[in-house]
Amino acid sequence: MAKMNMLHAINSALDITMNEHPQACIFGEDVGYFGGVFRATSGLQEKYGKHRVFNTPLTEQGILGFANGLAAFGAPALAEIQFADYIFPAFDQIVNESAKFRYRSGNEFNVGTLTVRTPYGGGIAGGLYHSQSPEAYFAHTPGLKIVVPRNPYQAKGLLRASIKDDNPVIFFEPKRLYRASTGEVPEEDYSIELGKAEVVQEGSDITVLAWGAQMEIIEDAAKQASEQGIHCEVIDLRSILPWDIDTIAKSVTKTGRLVISHEAPITNGFGAEIAASIQQACFLHLESPILRVCGLDTPYPLALEKEYVPDALKVLAAIKQSMDF
Amino acid sequence: MSNPNNVSLNINHALEFIDGNALNIPTLSILTEDGDIHPSATAPAISKHTAIKLYETMRFIRLLDERMQGAQRQGRVSFYMQCLGEEAAVTASAAALDQEDMIMAQYREQAALHYRGFTLDQFMNQMFSNELDLGKGRQMPIHYGSNELNYMTISSPLGTQIPQATGYAYGQKVKHIDAKTGELASIIDNVTICYFGEGAASEGDFHAGLNMAAVHKAPVIFFARNNGYAISTPADEQFKGDGIASRGVGYGIKTIRVDGTDALAVFAATQKAREIASTQGEPVLIESIAYRLGAHSTSDDPSGYRSKDEEANYKTCPIEKFKKWLVKQQWLNEEDDLKAKESIREDILAALKRAEVVQKPALEELVSDVYDTPIPSLVRQYNELKEHIQKHPDAYPVTSGRIK
Ligand SMILES: Cc1ncc(C[n+]2csc(CCOP(=O)(O)OP(=O)(O)O)c2C)c(N)n1
Repeated sequence: MAKMNMLHAINSALDITMNEHPQACIFGEDVGYFGGVFRATSGLQEKYGKHRVFNTPLTEQGILGFANGLAAFGAPALAEIQFADYIFPAFDQIVNESAKFRYRSGNEFNVGTLTVRTPYGGGIAGGLYHSQSPEAYFAHTPGLKIVVPRNPYQAKGLLRASIKDDNPVIFFEPKRLYRASTGEVPEEDYSIELGKAEVVQEGSDITVLAWGAQMEIIEDAAKQASEQGIHCEVIDLRSILPWDIDTIAKSVTKTGRLVISHEAPITNGFGAEIAASIQQACFLHLESPILRVCGLDTPYPLALEKEYVPDALKVLAAIKQSMDF
Repeated sequence: MSNPNNVSLNINHALEFIDGNALNIPTLSILTEDGDIHPSATAPAISKHTAIKLYETMRFIRLLDERMQGAQRQGRVSFYMQCLGEEAAVTASAAALDQEDMIMAQYREQAALHYRGFTLDQFMNQMFSNELDLGKGRQMPIHYGSNELNYMTISSPLGTQIPQATGYAYGQKVKHIDAKTGELASIIDNVTICYFGEGAASEGDFHAGLNMAAVHKAPVIFFARNNGYAISTPADEQFKGDGIASRGVGYGIKTIRVDGTDALAVFAATQKAREIASTQGEPVLIESIAYRLGAHSTSDDPSGYRSKDEEANYKTCPIEKFKKWLVKQQWLNEEDDLKAKESIREDILAALKRAEVVQKPALEELVSDVYDTPIPSLVRQYNELKEHIQKHPDAYPVTSGRIK
């Protein structure tokens, strides 16, 4: 095991992939010699050459269109979108093309070897256009898989699984954690199964659920709750699509309560889907209404970020509200 | 002879491809390095007043950039982008316009905004995202905008302003169409200029915007700032063929390339472009060539992707070059210039200190302007948030003391 930050862990997963498959290509804005604006692809061009690790022109639509073509050919296409906020110019290529390639052709063609990596989320004083969490837009699209890691170990294992998965995957990397989160990560290859949530902490009173960088926040809230005698079961969803209803339902059946937290605006956020599904699955076991602690229905602000975000204090308040119902 | 698809057929019986590099568009250059007019060039008509204002704007922006770059290093602002090397390109193009023309910029065009009259305090208030910021503290530093000054607020997603500029300019044109006859007036009083980098010219929006402008004849001046780099990506990994200018030709748009370190060349080209746009009601493309002498932004370190030797090849300072000309005109003297610089530096520092202590926007600004008036769900969320903050005032010191 080695100590790695999330960027190293991602780099390691990409390195293994490039080694494993001679046609695998990494591409995106500034990813070549420079290693990307966050340096996730550092050193890979030196190692695998300019034909397989390269800068693209500045066109997200082009990157995803190209990636779809390359993946349709059968090569692992490891596309980077510099910030998740800039994935929208590629929306058509992802939602109408990547997601529907297999279905519309009766599997004559598919883009299963496509993986899109993109830094996402707030907490870096980036304001509107460097802080968005767009997972819910994509979660409305059958044919895609969506994954969000919470630490370096998860990042490497989930990224390897995303790459090996025979479906197009969008891999959202919480950029706030890139350097901030470090931990033990095996140098060798391993994968973490997609579509499985992880129970990070067991507890009997209430289930608290999040993903990505928001995990830190709910863990903090759970800790504060435990000082007040409330035992939270803390779950990391990890995969947004498909998502692990069984693990969540099992937990909520045990605890009778659920608080979901995400950074994206609350209305039509992915928390809405979870709340509706768990309400149906666990109706008779619920002791209180399912609560969501999310971003407001506004664009992500700069100056008033602290007020906007679903911080630990707001999560704790929801935990107590649920307990006191 | 033309075919129905608007292509002129020039029948040839030899199998020949046109080379992708066949176009070799010349670059307009008027000033020499010593501040003289090239023997075969003609200086544009520029008044002393305009020339001095142009110079003062460049000088101001250089000093502001230096100070704010430093302020970022001291952790006083979170981010900054300087326009080192491109001052003449941006300022001289803005100087050739009418104050009422619309400017739709990318982000590195603070000089155009200052030329229009954006004050030092306005710059600072935006960068400190305080309650006096016209953008209400919502965007990162350098995302300026002012309706009064006809300067569209910057949006980070690259290239999005390009088709918008086409649409805005089309509006300026439609305004001059006679409702009865359907005819266009011979002069359109205002046009739009749209700035973007050579990197942004790879976005789909660029192609959409130019094509729409060409087909629908929108009076927009596309101003491509080709500074050689998009963050770390050099221009030769960005496009092939003859620069951005050749794309203009491809879309059937009148096009010129200028030396972007030459204020007089940029001024002359933009003045002419404006005349074409406003009298013929059609788009023009200007490609300005001026190396980005500085880093992309304060988050970037160019030593990781380009050499000192390469940078040294482009040491021309556009401000010095223009200054030499002004001095030769006897419109400027060195001594006054030095004194002015000192006092501007002091002004900048004082404004920085003023803006730094102005409080952040009030809590209401979190939910205002999402819609014209907050929708019910937003009002509910706001009230819940307000209650939460009132219960925990210490955790939200920026807003809690001012909640009504
Ligand atoms: C759609 C989109 N993709 C990516 C980015 C990130 N980004 C910001 S600036 C930049 C480089 C732009 O280069 P260029 O257009 O040449 O302008 P310059 O910075 O050289 O003035 C990139 C990739 C963005 N802002 N928007």
